[in-house]
Amino acid sequence: MRTVIVDYNSGNLHSAEKSARRMAAEAGAGDVILASEADIIAEADRIILPGVGAFADCRASLAAKGLDEAICHAVENRGIPFLGICVGMQLTAGFGLEHGCTKGFGWIPGKVVPIERFGNLKIPHMGWNSLRLIGTHPLFEGLGEGADVYFVHSYHLLPSQSGDCIAETDYGLPVTAAVASGNVAGTQFHPEKSQQAGLRILDNFFKWKPG
Amino acid sequence: MSLKVRIIPCLDVKEGRVVKGVNFVRLRDAGDPVEAAMRYDADGADELCFLDIAASLEHRNTMLDLVSRTADVCFMPLTVGGGVRNSRDVEALLRAGADKVSLNSAAVADSSRVEEAAKRFGSQCVVVAIDAKSVSAGRWEIFTHGGKRATGIDALDFAREVHNRGAGEILLTSMDSDGTKSGFDLELTRAVSEAVSIPVVASGGVGNLDHLVEGITIGKASAVLAASIFHFGEHTICEAKHHMAQAGIPVRIT
Repeated sequence: MRTVIVDYNSGNLHSAEKSARRMAAEAGAGDVILASEADIIAEADRIILPGVGAFADCRASLAAKGLDEAICHAVENRGIPFLGICVGMQLTAGFGLEHGCTKGFGWIPGKVVPIERFGNLKIPHMGWNSLRLIGTHPLFEGLGEGADVYFVHSYHLLPSQSGDCIAETDYGLPVTAAVASGNVAGTQFHPEKSQQAGLRILDNFFKWKPG
Repeated sequence: MSLKVRIIPCLDVKEGRVVKGVNFVRLRDAGDPVEAAMRYDADGADELCFLDIAASLEHRNTMLDLVSRTADVCFMPLTVGGGVRNSRDVEALLRAGADKVSLNSAAVADSSRVEEAAKRFGSQCVVVAIDAKSVSAGRWEIFTHGGKRATGIDALDFAREVHNRGAGEILLTSMDSDGTKSGFDLELTRAVSEAVSIPVVASGGVGNLDHLVEGITIGKASAVLAASIFHFGEHTICEAKHHMAQAGIPVRIT
């Protein structure tokens, strides 16, 4: 069993790697490696796709190295569990509107749009905010209602199928906190930065057996 | 259910050890930064800030190593600042495990460096640290080099400028209040918070828990940063959060 964290020069992978390694060990889910090679990613048993920066830039970096095709192969043809984090989650959408209109993986039909500014609330939405869980998803098993997790973003994914949104948070208006469909899941917040609640979510990901 | 106000302990670091400057001049040694970080993590700090106050070239790798060792054990956001000159420095710190990097003198010298870093790494990881001093009623100027060098630049203009250049957050320190334990410069904090739509972290002068409350209720900051009141055991983060909750401020109780 091998979990691959996709390394495409998108920010800080250090904590994602450390926290994933720790939780994979606890869940008995094999090893966790960082990889930037398409063949390794295509053969992964689980994929974590982090991402910071802009949607279009992240998408272009993945495409430049052919990593997008490798990820699609693993997710679509082999049906492996996939977790996107922050922009990695946004990339699961149909398309994103940051720095122009860019196609995403299209696993979660919908679009990535700027957070609507409510009153004088600050953008980016930065800091700890509570999750409002929608339905029950294995990713959130054992997580109390209203658990606080760490967000830092100015855009969010609006799924066109309401069933794909598995958690929201409140920032004046509802903001999409997590999405899932089949073997694909994504969190707008950073589980690797969310102390105990985040580690629990990573642990759940390693135990998750979709479908 | 709303965004919580963040409480951020700051560790001033010199040559890999924790110090706390009083008005940035007198320093006392107070231990190992990684150990302190772990204590704050366990105590429910919402973020952690490392400030490399000497930031000499020969100790650059010491700081990177420190950031890396902290990120190994603390799963919370980490901001690192001090001596960051350009995007290459930002990248090295992000690679080592920092989540946000703060630019100070380099941003004042050339605000296009903020834009460059924001374009390359995203606004979410670019913090601009503004050190401001009151020069007349309702007017503050930027000072650099630990408060020693005047620049003549208006603090509010500069805050708007770096916001437009793509900064994701402002870390605002009052050089008049820093080290005095008499509370934030609330007028300054409020003026900057209202001048920009990005989050502002209030810093400089916290001497008691009511000061933290005022930074939010009067200063309109999104987060509060303090060093000595936490670092010398006067108050715990947990105690600070309960105090703020009692004042009606949304905080994350762990």
